[in-house]
Amino acid sequence: MTQQTTIRPHASPAHLPEPFLEWFAQRGWAPRAHQIDLLSRAQAGKSVLLIAPTGAGKTLAGFLPSLVDLTLRPKRKPGEAFRGIHTLYISPLKALAVDIERNLGKPVEEMHLPVSIETRTGDTPTHKRQRQKLDPPDILLTTPEQLALLISTKDAGRFFSGLRYVVLDELHSLVTSKRGHLLALGLARLRQLAPKLQTVGLSATVAEPDELRRWLVSQNPPGEMADLITVEGGARPVITILDTEERVPWAGHSARYAIPAVYDEIRRHKTTLLFVNTRSQAEMLFQELWRINEDGLPIALHHGSLDVAQRRKVEKAMEAGSLRAIVATSTLDLGIDWGDVDLVVHVGAPKGASRLAQRIGRSNHRMDEPSRAILVPANRFEVMECRAALEANYLGAQDTPPLVDGSLDVLAQHILGCACAEPFRADDLYDEIRSAAPYAHLERRTFEQAVDFVATGGYALRTYERYARIRLTKDGTWRISHPRVAQQYRLNVGTIVEAAYLNVRYVRSGRGAAGRGGPVLGKIEEGFLETIAPGDTFLFAGKVLKFEGIRENECFVSNAVGQDPRIPVYAGGKFPLSTYLADEVRGILADPKRWQSLPDQVSDWLRIQRDKSVLPRRGDLLVETFPRGNRFYMVAYPFEGRLAHQTLGMLLTRRMERMGVQPLGFVASDYAIAVWSLRDVGEMVASRSITLADLFDEDMLGDDLEAWLAESWLLKRTFRTCAVISGLIEKRHPGQEKTGRQVTVSADLIYDVLRAHEPDHILLKATRADAATGLLDIHRLAEMLSRVRGRIVHKHLERISPLAVPIMLDIGKERVNGGAADALLQDTEDDLIEEAMGG
Amino acid sequence: MLARRYEAETFSATAVIAGEEALCDRRGALYFPDHGLLAVSDLHLEKGYAYARRGVFLPPYDTAETLTKLEAVIADFDPRVVVSLGDSFHDRVGSSHMPSIFRDRLETMMRGRDWLWVTGNHDPDAPENLSGTSVTEVALGALTLRHEPTAGQFAGEIAGHLHPGARIVRQGKSVRRPCFASDGLRMIMPAFGALTGSLNVLDRAYAGLFDWRSFRAHVLGTERVYALNRSVLFPG
Repeated sequence: MTQQTTIRPHASPAHLPEPFLEWFAQRGWAPRAHQIDLLSRAQAGKSVLLIAPTGAGKTLAGFLPSLVDLTLRPKRKPGEAFRGIHTLYISPLKALAVDIERNLGKPVEEMHLPVSIETRTGDTPTHKRQRQKLDPPDILLTTPEQLALLISTKDAGRFFSGLRYVVLDELHSLVTSKRGHLLALGLARLRQLAPKLQTVGLSATVAEPDELRRWLVSQNPPGEMADLITVEGGARPVITILDTEERVPWAGHSARYAIPAVYDEIRRHKTTLLFVNTRSQAEMLFQELWRINEDGLPIALHHGSLDVAQRRKVEKAMEAGSLRAIVATSTLDLGIDWGDVDLVVHVGAPKGASRLAQRIGRSNHRMDEPSRAILVPANRFEVMECRAALEANYLGAQDTPPLVDGSLDVLAQHILGCACAEPFRADDLYDEIRSAAPYAHLERRTFEQAVDFVATGGYALRTYERYARIRLTKDGTWRISHPRVAQQYRLNVGTIVEAAYLNVRYVRSGRGAAGRGGPVLGKIEEGFLETIAPGDTFLFAGKVLKFEGIRENECFVSNAVGQDPRIPVYAGGKFPLSTYLADEVRGILADPKRWQSLPDQVSDWLRIQRDKSVLPRRGDLLVETFPRGNRFYMVAYPFEGRLAHQTLGMLLTRRMERMGVQPLGFVASDYAIAVWSLRDVGEMVASRSITLADLFDEDMLGDDLEAWLAESWLLKRTFRTCAVISGLIEKRHPGQEKTGRQVTVSADLIYDVLRAHEPDHILLKATRADAATGLLDIHRLAEMLSRVRGRIVHKHLERISPLAVPIMLDIGKERVNGGAADALLQDTEDDLIEEAMGG
Repeated sequence: MLARRYEAETFSATAVIAGEEALCDRRGALYFPDHGLLAVSDLHLEKGYAYARRGVFLPPYDTAETLTKLEAVIADFDPRVVVSLGDSFHDRVGSSHMPSIFRDRLETMMRGRDWLWVTGNHDPDAPENLSGTSVTEVALGALTLRHEPTAGQFAGEIAGHLHPGARIVRQGKSVRRPCFASDGLRMIMPAFGALTGSLNVLDRAYAGLFDWRSFRAHVLGTERVYALNRSVLFPG
């Protein structure tokens, strides 16, 4: 066991009270070095970031300072004043809070510590919440949304006045989202309410620990960092890439070829966790495994769209050890402790090395035994990606998405929350907000725009003054104008805006939406239903279902057992290839020595590519051009992930249009992009009528980007989220008001009106910033364009190259998004005419 | 002849309702050339204000935008009579609270023509401080114009209220647009106001209103109106 902590010797040794020492001794254990280290730093008044692998006793370490402090605290005398929360634990998942209650409750009970522990989540009944307000537990386990609610109440000051510690679990996954922004702002508020507050961050894996260290402490003035304790991983995981005689496909995401081999592995192990990247992949894998499950092994399915009751049933069975395998998506990603898993199988490329590390941590929660994991690439590029991920894991290189500046929609929500709790002074709140790391660089002007937005919508036309939600009063403070505003706020708190989902309800076949009353199987994204017609069959909840129709918020389906699901679903990962992994894949591609570790069929493929075309050096961008059919193709291999490639495709085609290349379409994968056109790019380059340097010039991120964004459906979708989070549009609530569709429609209309009249409105700014970092991945595209300047390698070919085959196979499978709505209407009408006039 | 000129100018589509010829304008107005009558429905003026009173601040440009569109349609057709087919204002106090700049623009449009405000569920009373005549319905030859469609099939009824919209799916892509919904006997008009959403004509709210065999959705495109039949429409 190679456990070591990177600590400098600490002057003051930790003080561990008697019950703790006894408890450890009774079990023949000794506290681990990092647990003691964390305790002593905390006792010296420091905030600490603990980075440790799963199974390192992280939870106990995180709570040790609280437990010790609570044990040493004088008993509360009868009639003594109210005692607020002592320690707040915040996790990204409700389930994790419940899990911790159980895991922490045990030692507390065994040591007879005078410590009360309770959870507070969206599921906590009202009477319990009210009781918690009057008689708070010592340790409260909760989520970022609940914290936002708590600090927006009038008695927040009293409730949190005695707060000593905030323990933030799975911090690496919390900080990268808007939830993280909301949490950072909540933390800033807590520091005001309880100035002695210290934080303990628990994190599995991060590339930039310093970013998290700053996140944990006040950044006003900027620069301060929490202490860092790093525990090196225990036994190295044993990871292999699935070894198979079968042919690895050129393209696609199904990994069907590997199902029999995966089934064999399940048979050979006690309990296997199978991870995939998307819901539809999970459905497919589950279905295929059962098709060949001759031994009738208990294999279950778990993903976020399934009905809650069904998920709980699976989780219970898992805890009881009665399952042999479970197929899951990211709902199981985080550190829930589920007994004796002895094998993790990852189907599809793991995309980011951190993700892989996290998922493999799932197997075998004891640090000193190696975890077993098998990677199953679905296609040839994924073989290289798996290889890269594997090497990254051994190297210990881990990445998380870079932290971005705090979102303005979240800021607006928080400002209103603060006003609901108590009147604020703009100067004070501005200072407080800048103490939160994501908002450390917030400009005063932007802050004022946000306040203005909260007050009256922030429109140049100042027409809503008399309906203001918050008002500047004579004493210089901003106050809510009516108690109703606070009620409204509480209903809309949080940053998780569900895409519109419909219940999937079972009916008898052929009854259409008229049939009623079958069981609900789960929820399905509205976006998926947009593309199917009644009678189509698809996979859901492990069954082949026939789509019967939609009524209100329900999607009616019937059993279509024995039929093949007709609707192919895009099954690629929703997470783009990480920058680090992309670089590694380019590295493998460029270095024939590293091909030895690849299966023969893959290395042969690369060898033929080298003979027929060329393999780019690590930092180069290869662009191939060739004719095929009556079209001309240009294929580029940036390896920057699907999102960045899609943006690149949009911008390239605009530019090619202007250069007279007459592009017809493009398709993007995680690895490459292919554009087809009427004119031959290769020929045009040869005759010097265009240059690739011009085509791939960074300046496409200027006007072209602006012009495209202006008409992009992507922005509308992003705007909807910003509008809900910022409180412009009210959130949906069960049984009340609008369906998701109505929200979508009105958000689109609002977007159009706002863009026409006030393009600089704060919400449009927020939308553009979100789209740039999220759906468009502009940052990454910009880095790539700048990296390949002067390093574009062009190969003009007579026919398609081996490397181009996978992306060319993707053509026609991808959905086409973009403008052209009228063209579709026209086509539909033309078909009708043809139908009516033709034979 | 007159009709043809307008058609060319405004890219409208012709529909026949209970024997009366009407032009479906791509902006959502309906024009009866034989009567010189222009109908618009569900303007929902002052919707932004109605929301603001509840603390929800939609962009305050909806009224101006709706009026601009209405001015353009009136300029194109130069109708003798304009019928606003109910829900002209988003709520009861909408007309009395409307700023005078908008009031003036409306008065300018009304000058030299008859203007009928049909009452709707959002605005059951006559608008305050505005010209024009408030009525519950309008008879026009074989036609009856009222806000809410009558249950069952009703020859010659022109109504609004439901904000009809149509959806098509092609090549895995979905397009949703407001539309005129008609089976040749009656017509339900799209909502004209900015910030007004639409309800799919396949929703059960439309049950029993149309004979689907002769149904057409006259879908509002950017450039013109597209006539689609029931078989190509999708729910949702």
